[in-house]
Amino acid sequence: MGSLQLKSIRKAFGNHEVLKGIDLEVEDGEFVIFVGPSGCGKSTLLRVIAGLEDATSGSVQIDGQEVVTTPPAKRGIAMVFQSYALYPHLTVKDNMGLGLKQMGAPKAEVDAKVTKASGMLSLEPYLARRPAELSGGQRQRVAIGRAIVREPKLFLFDEPLSNLDAALRVNTRLEIARLHRSLKATMIYVTHDQVEAMTLADKIVVLNAGQIEQIGSPMELYNRPANTFVGGFIGSPQMNFIEAGRLGDTGAKTVGIRPEHITLSRESGDWKGKVIHVEHLGADTILYLETEVTGLLTVRLFGEHKYDVDDTVYASPDKAAMHRFGADDRVLR
Amino acid sequence: MSKARMSPLRSGFVHLALAAYTVIALFPVVLTIMNSLKDKNAIFRTPLALPTVETFSLIGYTTVLKQGDFIGYFQNSLIVTVVSIFFALLFGAMAAFALSEYRFRGNTLLGLYLAIGIMIPIRLGTVAILQGMVAAGLVNTLTALILVYTAQGLPLAIFILSEFMRTVSDDLKNAGRIDGLSEYAIFFRLVLPLVRPAMATVAVFTMIPIWNDLWFPLILAPGEATKTVTLGSQVFIGQFVTNWNAVLAALSLAIFPVLILYVIFSRQLIRGITAGAVK
Repeated sequence: MGSLQLKSIRKAFGNHEVLKGIDLEVEDGEFVIFVGPSGCGKSTLLRVIAGLEDATSGSVQIDGQEVVTTPPAKRGIAMVFQSYALYPHLTVKDNMGLGLKQMGAPKAEVDAKVTKASGMLSLEPYLARRPAELSGGQRQRVAIGRAIVREPKLFLFDEPLSNLDAALRVNTRLEIARLHRSLKATMIYVTHDQVEAMTLADKIVVLNAGQIEQIGSPMELYNRPANTFVGGFIGSPQMNFIEAGRLGDTGAKTVGIRPEHITLSRESGDWKGKVIHVEHLGADTILYLETEVTGLLTVRLFGEHKYDVDDTVYASPDKAAMHRFGADDRVLR
Repeated sequence: MSKARMSPLRSGFVHLALAAYTVIALFPVVLTIMNSLKDKNAIFRTPLALPTVETFSLIGYTTVLKQGDFIGYFQNSLIVTVVSIFFALLFGAMAAFALSEYRFRGNTLLGLYLAIGIMIPIRLGTVAILQGMVAAGLVNTLTALILVYTAQGLPLAIFILSEFMRTVSDDLKNAGRIDGLSEYAIFFRLVLPLVRPAMATVAVFTMIPIWNDLWFPLILAPGEATKTVTLGSQVFIGQFVTNWNAVLAALSLAIFPVLILYVIFSRQLIRGITAGAVK
């Protein structure tokens, strides 16, 4: 239980088309992440799945059942929002139990499920508190707990970590990954943060301007981007894009090479250049070069390296890790 | 509260300005209460003096309480004010919720139409309202006044509340929808508690003109059984002789119920503001 099919979903606000025909299959138990720049329609797509927005056209099926006309509460979904969206006047316990209570579940069952969910998220000490008395991380755990209690076919997460600080974000991310393993539930997660996408997802859906650019596992997207957009979006620092003509490659328009697939040498190499900025991160050293052949080039070296601004260096790309893109920005294989 | 320090001179000027404004605002009220406690001669000879042992007199209050059914007038005023505020807030909030929450054709136009009442005084329609009330058999009933005052209060209520409702988080309402709350439950249980400070503001703005109104009670409900306090006090103002003791006493008494209502609402208002700030 918990599969999802989207067929040519379109959504327009007035004349502005936000989703331009989305087709997607999600299998039971998969962790799927929608990722893309802001305004790409990923949140709107999630809302269409939840039933909070009506699609202009297209079909949404959960477990093979058409749900376009089903209200959100009856779709068997639960949603976790970026702003937590806890009911301010209810205690943590009532916040988590409200959905079941509305469905008419007996009190004993609601209590049992709330106890179980709060145990999973170590929320027991806070059950009697109100949301205003909790920290941001605790609030988001309550919001996740509220979703678990409903035992939905589909978990929907709308940028759940965006309001948390960096340390909490990593903890909560681990918690969500752990939950996915123990619940074996289907989860759909929206984020603009590619690190979250890479670390959590079974399958990533890259969206741009209302269209799907590529669907694949994190490593597929990293190793075989379908086009320049995906190549640039996945991976940090960003992939270097070089005009193919400058490299003497007439068959392609652009050549992409990731910063970590370039080696540096002070003596010899393919591209001679000057260091214009260095970032020392401890585990990595990131250099920005101005080379004669390629123009601005980002290079990521592992470990600490002693390079200074204005040093002359030679960069050599790993030829096997180069991506060639054609005139339509699609990859050439 | 901001903890930034102000120079004593600057804060002194601020306090001076506020104190001056307080004196100006309170002067008529204090004068009314002061003179209501004096005998007639003292009112005219030394209107600005405090009541002394010789001039002190409760004649005004005894006249008011003896003549006419003043307790009844108070009751009428309270009923009309409280019920009108209740309906203006209820319907105003519902309309505001619909306008701010749902996308439908003509939404903006409808919002403008409903807000136009702020600019056009309802008294322009007095003749039509009177004809309507006569036709409906509502003349000399409190219902007539409640209907008119509810209509009078709605435009401002809708205008202010719809602005506030736009600020209530969409995620919260959507969370309610996913948990299976009906739109009514979302409105009453999630949204209304969050806009309580705005409701208190609207209640205060709506209440004062209703309580003080003389026009509609005089036209729609002048009968003895439905007189309001403001109308009731008019019996002491004659064409040739005015019983000033009684008028001043009646006006002084009329201040208190509305003062109590105001204190209740402003408590809510302040609590709402601080609750929002702590979040």
